[in-house]
Amino acid sequence: MSPFPFTPLIVLFPLLGFGVLGLMGWRFKANEKLIGIIGSGSVGLSFVFSTVIFIHMLGLDVAERKAVVELFPWISTFSGTAATLSVSVAYQIDQLSILMALIVTGVGFLIHVYSIGYMHGDPGFWRFFAYLNLFIFAMLNLVLADNFLLMFLGWEGVGLCSYLLIGFWYDRKFDVGGYPPGKATTSDAAKKAFIVNRVGDVGFLLGMFLIFTTFGSLNFETVFSRAAVLTIDSATMTWLTLLLFLGATGKSAQIPLHIWLPDAMAGPTPVSALIHAATMVTAGVYMVARCSVLFAMAPAALAVVAAVGAFTALMAASIGLVQNDIKKVLAYSTVSQLGYMFLAMGVAAFAAGMFHVLTHAFFKALLFLGSGAVIHAMHDEQDIQKMGGLKEHLPTTYKTFLIGAIAIAGIPPFAGFFSKDEILWKTFSGDYGSVGLWFVGLFGAGLTAFYMFRLVYLTFDGEPRYGHDKHPHEAPKTMTVPLIILAFLSVVGGFVGIPESLSGGNAIEHWLEPVFAPAILKLRITPHAVVALEYVLMALSVGVALAGIWTARKIYVYREEVWRSMTDRLTGLYRLLWNKYYVDEAYDAVVVRPTVKVSESFLWKVFDVSGIDGVVNGTATLVARVADGLRKIQTGVAQMYAVVFVAGIVMILLWIVFR
Amino acid sequence: MVADHILSITIFFPFVGVLILLFTDKERGQLIKLVGFLTTLATFVISLYLYFEFEPTMPGFQFLYQAEWIQGLNIRYSLGIDGMALLLILLTTFLTPVALLGTWNSIKERLKEYTIMILLLEVGMVGVFAALDLFLFYIFWEAMLIPMYFIIGIWGGPERVYAAIKFFLFTLLGSLLMLVAIIALGYVVSTMPGGVFTTSFLDLQAMAPKLPAAVQGWMFAAFALSFAIKVPVFPFHTWLPDAHVQAPTAGSVILAGVLLKMGTYGFIRFCLPLFPQASINFMPYLSILAVIGIVYGALVSMVQTDIKKLVAYSSVSHLGFVVLGIFSFTEEGMQGAIIQMINHGLSTGALFLLVGMIYDRAHTRQITDFGGVAKVMPVYATLFLIVSLSSLGLPGLNGFVGEFLILIGAFKSQFLASPVYSAFAATGVIFAAVYLLWMYQRVMLGPMREGGLYHGVRLTDSNLRENLSLAAVVVFIVWIGVYPATFLGKSALVSKHLVQKMEDIRRGANVRGIIGSTIQ
Repeated sequence: MSPFPFTPLIVLFPLLGFGVLGLMGWRFKANEKLIGIIGSGSVGLSFVFSTVIFIHMLGLDVAERKAVVELFPWISTFSGTAATLSVSVAYQIDQLSILMALIVTGVGFLIHVYSIGYMHGDPGFWRFFAYLNLFIFAMLNLVLADNFLLMFLGWEGVGLCSYLLIGFWYDRKFDVGGYPPGKATTSDAAKKAFIVNRVGDVGFLLGMFLIFTTFGSLNFETVFSRAAVLTIDSATMTWLTLLLFLGATGKSAQIPLHIWLPDAMAGPTPVSALIHAATMVTAGVYMVARCSVLFAMAPAALAVVAAVGAFTALMAASIGLVQNDIKKVLAYSTVSQLGYMFLAMGVAAFAAGMFHVLTHAFFKALLFLGSGAVIHAMHDEQDIQKMGGLKEHLPTTYKTFLIGAIAIAGIPPFAGFFSKDEILWKTFSGDYGSVGLWFVGLFGAGLTAFYMFRLVYLTFDGEPRYGHDKHPHEAPKTMTVPLIILAFLSVVGGFVGIPESLSGGNAIEHWLEPVFAPAILKLRITPHAVVALEYVLMALSVGVALAGIWTARKIYVYREEVWRSMTDRLTGLYRLLWNKYYVDEAYDAVVVRPTVKVSESFLWKVFDVSGIDGVVNGTATLVARVADGLRKIQTGVAQMYAVVFVAGIVMILLWIVFR
Repeated sequence: MVADHILSITIFFPFVGVLILLFTDKERGQLIKLVGFLTTLATFVISLYLYFEFEPTMPGFQFLYQAEWIQGLNIRYSLGIDGMALLLILLTTFLTPVALLGTWNSIKERLKEYTIMILLLEVGMVGVFAALDLFLFYIFWEAMLIPMYFIIGIWGGPERVYAAIKFFLFTLLGSLLMLVAIIALGYVVSTMPGGVFTTSFLDLQAMAPKLPAAVQGWMFAAFALSFAIKVPVFPFHTWLPDAHVQAPTAGSVILAGVLLKMGTYGFIRFCLPLFPQASINFMPYLSILAVIGIVYGALVSMVQTDIKKLVAYSSVSHLGFVVLGIFSFTEEGMQGAIIQMINHGLSTGALFLLVGMIYDRAHTRQITDFGGVAKVMPVYATLFLIVSLSSLGLPGLNGFVGEFLILIGAFKSQFLASPVYSAFAATGVIFAAVYLLWMYQRVMLGPMREGGLYHGVRLTDSNLRENLSLAAVVVFIVWIGVYPATFLGKSALVSKHLVQKMEDIRRGANVRGIIGSTIQ
């Protein structure tokens, strides 16, 4: 008997919510209150059950904090041989999965409540909540699964929900990278997200196959316990982990598959907050953390993860410097922050990475929801150049947004400081980190502070730059209350991971320790003693953040002409950043268009129709021609037959005589 | 008593409908449709008996029945099914009434003849899956060809005659080869010690594998070509887009849903057990063709401008998966192939139904004629999305189960001995998302056409009858996706024994190889 027999209920409630709303929602679609209660309530119940389990776990011995509840067999082959496939729908509770479940249901619940206000009056209100519930269901499958295949179900399931929700307003125009301006709709963004994700998913799938052939199972417990004792050649492990990581780059928008996330902002803002900031995009990080022991067997792959993470963090942050769409700035910020999480994974600071997942969920959800309140107030205006001075009209939104910005910039004692600093320190000092990576991370932190406060100042400070037809107003309670709660969490959320050097207990690291212990053991990492250098670096990163904020203030509050001239001229580096390094254009020119062109002009119209079918029809024509020719021999003229007859006899005779 | 004759009853029950129809006034359209639908529905209900009485833990064939037929040649009327045949028969008896219900008002002319043709077709199809005598199998195989030829040729689109003849000739070419091979096989076996001329599958199964490799090779080639055309395996697929596009909707549903499966069924039923060594020898070629078909079919599908043609080409891709699964000679691959046959029948069948529904309304299938249809046909759009997702292999729906098992089987296969096949095949998963979602987007999403007019027609959402026919399919799409054990369990023994057989041969060959090398 599992100590947590109610685990499946966590997953079940959102599914029920989806079922009720999806099948019957249209019947009571005018009753927004009821729909809101069902939609939020189902997630709220899941949160309650997760919390109960978490509290229960706190009272248990470390060894007992892990249990699996099996529901029913899913895909199996029945032979008695060793490498038999046997996968169940089964949910696992451990320190890592309950952390994720709490984030997903907790932040998810707040965003559901917020959506009641944000989506008010939308004709697809019921559909929206049905999709959101389906998303929570899929995401919980992803994080609670006890095997790779069920995780993959959640993995693709959240991708589907992302698709449905990005394209929620599927008839609206939306500029999507890789499409001519003004030509694309939100459904293009949705499709792009799904397909780019599928590329990553194939990596995940192949990685899963390699796991199956290497370890003979897809069950986490079995695979990881075998991995802990087996020695496997490093080439296999490198392939295996890199394939998994390819999946992670898709879901978590890392180079080279990062291109879909900024366009995913086409969806309603609560979707951006929930799916494209707080939960789904961290699935890749979770997956690497879950497979930490596998990655620990392939140090080369770890190095790749770290490099990709650091590079993505820097690249995305640099793009974020110049964007003018409030949500796009936040989107690039998300890509960048996810880069930090992967950097942490890559330098084997798994707990620090998960810590950042947690704090990021708070402050990034907060920032997105805040941007939603702004967009709401500005009647769907998203261009920060056309805002300014909003702090007067949206006091609550402003204050909470500012808290989020301080948190992400890494100013103590706000949440982001602790988690980001932990990553930077581990990158600098860890056995698998390096000074170079640390420097990239530090530089990126400075950029983060700059673009965040650029956003804050342009939106909330200075003179209004919008027309008189707009009358911004503060959002309703259903929206501001979640903002306040998230702001509170963004302030105190970091206290669960105060490092030893600041006389904290680093509770989250200790909590997650049993999960990552096998990996740490494989990598032979020994704990470092607190050194003075740690304080120096800490001061340095705070300094860099403050410098970024100060610069932004200088330019965007006091020197309007400076940023105006930069934006207007669009030269050199600015143009490169503005165009996001032309990655979309490159993919379009190198991959998309050639594939379509070759498929259409060659494979279909030449090879298939003229080639293969040409042979087929050619054979038919040939037969017809030959038959036609033969037909002419049969003239019906008896004399002609006689001539041929005689000629034949003569030839036979000649042959007999002269042979 | 019932168990003895249940297969014959299932096969020939549609004749009851034919008989009634012969005495029905051809002007009474509704009655004719009702008779056709109820007959096929009754056939489905009868076939459920098979489902419930089938014993999945019992190896070999069940519901066996034999009667003397052509005594001099030792040809018998011999029936029996295993788990795979059971699933395919159920698919057939299920899809036929669904197709009739979904296309209730599509056929306006010569309704009586049309309905009779569908019923005759069903007799042939079920017969193919139940026949245990190669000659009888051949008879059913050909018998099924004729009504299909007429269905395409009479009730098809503007190019129907070309398409029908092409379909007929392609298939006939293959099946004549098969007939020759059947006779030759019977003869060759009769020359073996203690052998007599026979076309009984069970007898041949004991004798044929002992044939010399060269003879096996020729026999395999003849059978395989016939089946490959039917599947169709790349590059024998060009009859398929024409036939599908020209056929009336119900014809397409049955063609894609059931007829294509006869090819893959033939591989598993005849090629592998009768000519195991040859199957192994030919394995690389067929696997490569399968992988080419997966990628090629998907790419060509992607650039189609006609929705129906897009779905038709996607079949080439999907059936490529099935062939790859079969020739991985692993339990996963074989199980995946069998369940994927069912999946493809359901998903692609439903897709053709959906395409037919919109064609019946707007009289066009050009993608560019649509856009924003979801606004005017929300229920239809939702069902279309579910079916598309099933077809592109979303986990939790049926398509994923099959594709996953096939890919993992191909990945670990000792016969293919390289993950490259699986890796290339897996890209088909990406392309499936591309062609289906791109099509879905261009047809369903985006802004609505001015005034909701498409091709001059104001579209109406799918009605109760249409929704029912699709919902019936969706139930199984979800069922197989969530709890495939119901179906995988039926075919488990078939796969296990077949793979065991191939594995024994491979081991045997290895042992001989090792001994050979040590002697040298």
